Parts: sequence; structure tokens; C-alpha cells
Amino acid sequence: MSFTLEQSPTTGDEVISNYTINFGPQHPAAHGVLRMVLELDGELIERVDCHVGLLHRGTEKLIEHKTYLQALPYFDRLDYCSPLAMEHSYVLAIEKLLNLEVPLRAQYLRVLFAELTRICNHMLNMGSHVMDVGAMTPNLWLFEIREDCLNFFERASGARMHSAWFRPGGVHQDVPQDLLDDIDAWLDTRLRPLFNDAMSLVVDNRIFKQRNVDIALVSKEDALAWGFSGPMIRAAGVPWDLRKSQPYDVYDRMDFEIPVGTRSDCYDRFMVRVEEVHQSARIIRQCIAEMPSGPIASDDRKVVPPKRAEMKSSMESLIHHFKLYTEGFHVPAGEVYVATESPKGEFGVYLVSDGSNKPYRCKIRPTAFSHLQAMDFMCKGHMLPDATAILGAIDVVFGECDR
Amino acid sequence: MSVLHSAPRMASNEGVVAAVTQTLGAKLLNGREEHGEIILTVARGAIGECLAALRDTHQYQQLMEIAGADYPQRAERFDVVYMLLSVTRNHRLIVKVTASESTPVPTVTHLWPNAGWLEREVFDMYGVIFEGNTDLRRILTDYGFEGHPFRKDFPLTGYVELRYSEEDQRVVYEPVKLAQDLRQFDFMSPWEGADYVLPGDENATPTTAAPTPTATPTPAQTGAGAKANAAAADTKSAGAPAVHTTAKADAAAPKKTSSRPKKGDKA
Repeated sequence: MSFTLEQSPTTGDEVISNYTINFGPQHPAAHGVLRMVLELDGELIERVDCHVGLLHRGTEKLIEHKTYLQALPYFDRLDYCSPLAMEHSYVLAIEKLLNLEVPLRAQYLRVLFAELTRICNHMLNMGSHVMDVGAMTPNLWLFEIREDCLNFFERASGARMHSAWFRPGGVHQDVPQDLLDDIDAWLDTRLRPLFNDAMSLVVDNRIFKQRNVDIALVSKEDALAWGFSGPMIRAAGVPWDLRKSQPYDVYDRMDFEIPVGTRSDCYDRFMVRVEEVHQSARIIRQCIAEMPSGPIASDDRKVVPPKRAEMKSSMESLIHHFKLYTEGFHVPAGEVYVATESPKGEFGVYLVSDGSNKPYRCKIRPTAFSHLQAMDFMCKGHMLPDATAILGAIDVVFGECDR
Repeated sequence: MSVLHSAPRMASNEGVVAAVTQTLGAKLLNGREEHGEIILTVARGAIGECLAALRDTHQYQQLMEIAGADYPQRAERFDVVYMLLSVTRNHRLIVKVTASESTPVPTVTHLWPNAGWLEREVFDMYGVIFEGNTDLRRILTDYGFEGHPFRKDFPLTGYVELRYSEEDQRVVYEPVKLAQDLRQFDFMSPWEGADYVLPGDENATPTTAAPTPTATPTPAQTGAGAKANAAAADTKSAGAPAVHTTAKADAAAPKKTSSRPKKGDKA
């Protein structure tokens, strides 16, 4: 059996037919369990077919079988790099259906910790993005900041990652003043020097720029059409940030700026995140400075359980506690779609209630779904190693993408 | 109702339904505002035109999400819910169509390229067919998965489980075996309108109609035979025993027990 090589009509070289390679699902640059089937022309990517769902756990179905409060910890496990940002959309959706007022201190605490989560998330993403394109050191330095953030989460909620600290009506527990003081001091003594040090290695680095500048250009029109959000749409030059345009909790009281990109390439996406870290630090500082005293959860006893100490002396508190942790609270029938600005983009929850104590349907809008879907057109014409840079700049976490 | 919650605050909903009604006309089946959300129900066949009109005339540039929902008691059991966002008007819309297993929904991939995966997900989870979607593969479930897991009649535990088999040196699929039944606790209060029979209550429920009550019209009809009836008809009887009232007419209430010492009293 023999075959003849086709001759190229123009150059006279041998024609290499396209070939297909498999990327992942176990690949360190795949940021989890992503399988990509790449069709290559030499080293140029012709087509990308992403296979997602390898981490599909049926979260939305499980939530339908849990009470509203029992469903909350599932949100931590969606985007396990920014757990509190996931909880934020969910508790706001419940509060919107209940039309429940949240005390001011709780709103400040939520905003503070949502921004701390953003820093924590960006540290992981930027570190791994830099590592994907070949640098090791910044990742290690950024992980030090991430470690500090996780320690703060532990001091607030008792858990480093899966906090389950935001609750419908407020937060679970108050934080001691010490913690707020420490976070305030940390912004100056640790975050700024460590972050600036790490970034000084990266942002003007020749290799880093060669790997990222002009990679995966996306026009404004494409960014809108493909449903981009978060740093991905801001890098395209659209100043769209839900914290600014559709403020929730006390974001309308915060003074911060929205960084936007100019060229909409991977480097812009990275730099948008760099600036977001500085802006988050600004918001945290304002939260701590303005933090009012007062209750940290709504006093509506039909939704928020009483404190343990109250149960020891009040029969009514005991009954409320028992009822809320067994039957749970009932949410008026209706449907809402609530989206917040998670570190990765718009994270939405479409919550349908039938008036019972369990959600009838809870659809989670992951940020990664729209971004990952655009991999095909973003990668087209780029080299194979650019795929990892593009993927790193998307900031994809499969707990959230696959649900 | 005043807004108390602190969920995202976007541009006002005022006049939006009226403006949309004017554009969509008869294709709009229902438009309402609920919990601060504008929910439009449109005709299934016209979803493409409706969303195109909303995108081009009303500046809803982004399709953020397509959600499925299952209401098995309805004739067209599925809802397909489109979440639209306008970044220029800073507003959101929820647009719905209904569908059944056999009625395809026209695709909107020609309007928004990201509808492709979103429709694939609804298809995967609910089995709603999207007409015109050229790549309607499963997306989240396993390769070779059967069924549509988010339907309400699909069990939470699923039908198959997989494990690595040492003998076969590969992953094998087996029917789900549960060591213990999946426990579904029902915390609804039975007196708040449970629509089922509580365990044990089935014994109390009369299985046949209760016999018609037989009242005794006269004391003579005892129901114990003629002899007893004759005896009962004899109104003369031995004198009733005298009633002795031993208790005092108005006995005082029992004395209170001595009050308990107050908390903190060092007796």
C-alpha cells in the first residue's frame, strides 16, 4: 500500500493535511477539567471544540431538593476560587423575592468580603496566567497574598474557602474589630508591596508581552454579541461593571473606578485585573472606614434565625430556630434573575419559587460558559501555545462552568 | 410595595411593557412586572423575530442566559427563558416561551452566537429541541448519557453509576444501587395544607361509606328485640336512687402552689 504526497499548487512544498489533537482534560494549563479538540494546520489553530461538563455535578437539581438555606453552601463550590461572590448573587435573589431589608452593617461587610474575594480570585488567576506563559516566581508571590485572604476568611467565617457566610438577610456572624483593623493594615503592609513586587516582574516583561499582546483580539461588537462580561468586556473597551451600573448592597456609596482596555487582547485583560485589585483595595478601605455598628442580619425572625444566646431564655426564639433549621423559610411565589459582578464577570441566578420552602428552579448563569464558547473564534489563526494564554486570560474555573 | 431589598438596582421598569407591547403586537402573549422583573411571554414560533426586535429596536444587546424549567402538570411542560441585558439602557428583560418534548423552539443562534451552547444546555437538561441549531449535541452530561436529568420526573440519584473495575481494567457503568433509600424530608406542616395522607392516617380514613345513623325515635324501640322493647315501654320503674349532693355548691378554687423563686433569688 502506498500513497502519494499532494503537491502544493503555489510553493511546491508538501501539503500537510490538518490534524487534530486533544488538549486535556488533564492538563495543567486547562485550569481544571477542560477537554479541547484542536484542529491544527501546522501549528496554527483552525478550529477549537471545547468539551465541558466533566465536572458536572447537577448542582441545580440538588438545589431543587434542598431548602433555601441548605442550598447556600452549593454556591461556594461553584467557583471555588471566589466562593463569597457566588453566594452574593444567591442571597440577593432570595432577598429580592422576599423583599427583605438587610441592615447596613451587613451590607458593608458583604461588600468588604466580596472585594477581598475579588483580590483572592485575581491572585490565583493572574498567577496561573503568568505561569501558563512561562514565569514561575510571580505565581508564588501572589499565592502569599491569596493565603492572607484565606486566613481572613477563616477568621470571619471559620472556613478558609467554603465560607457559607453570606446568608439571606445579612451575614452569619459579626466580625471582631481586630479583623477589620488587620485587613486595613494588611492593605498597606502586605498587599501593596507584595503585589507591586510581583507585577514589576510581569507587566513590562518582554516575554510576557510577546505572549499576550495582540493575542485574541475581540471587537466591542463581538464582545457584546458573545455575551462577554467582567474583565473580558472591559478589556474590549466597554466600561460595563454591574457594581457601578446596577449597584447592589452599598456599592453605590463606594468611590472606585472601572478600568477598561484599549486593544482588547490578552494583555489588556490581564492589566484590567491588575487595576481591579487596586480598586478593590480602595473599596475595602472605604468599607472599613465607614463601617457602621449595628445588627449584622435582618431581625425578621421568619427568615433569619435568632442567635443562640437568645434561645436560652426565649421560647419563641427556640421555636423560630427549630422551624428555620428544619422546615426553613418560605419564599413568595415568583421568579427573579439577579446578577452580580463576580471577579470573573456576570454571575447570575435565575430563581423560581413556588411559594414553598425549596426553590422550584435555580438556574445558575456561569461566567465561563459564554467566554469559553468564544474560544473557537478567539483562537482561530493563533498558534497552539497561544491557546493557553487565551485560556488563562478568560479566567475559567470549572466548578462554575460545569455546575 | 416599596423596595427594601438591596439587590441590583437598574433603570426603571416604567413604560417598558407598554413600549414592548407596541413593538411586538400580537406576538406578545403576556407582559407583566413581578418582583421588579419584567417577564414577557411570547409565541413560540415568533421567538426569533421577537428577540431580534428587542435587540435592534429596544437595544437589548446581550443575551446573558437561556434557562429551561419544567412544569410537568402543564400540557406544554417546558419554559425556555431568555435573559436579555441592555448595556446602553441599563435594563434587563426576561422573555419566555413554552414548549413540549415534541414542539421545537426556533433557534436564536443567528442573533447571538453564544446562544449555541446555551441552547445545547437546555436541550441536554430538558430535551427541548431547538430548530435550526446545527450543533445540538449534549454539553454537560457524560458521553453516551441517556435521558434529560433536570426534568422533574428524573430521579435525583439518576439511573446509572460508574466505577473503576479492577477485573475489567476500565470504568464500568452499573445500575444505581443505594445502600439506603434516598431520604426526602418533608418539613411542610401538615395543618398548612398537605395534599397527602400522613403515615398511619390511612387507618383512620373510612374505607366504605358510613352506615346511615339509626336514631332511636322512642325509648320503646331499643333494637334488642320485642321482649326488651316491651320492658322499655313499661314506663313504671323502680324509683330512681336519691341524688346526694355532697360537694359544696361553690367550692373555692384550689389554692395556688407557692410561687417559684425568681431567677437569681438566692433563697
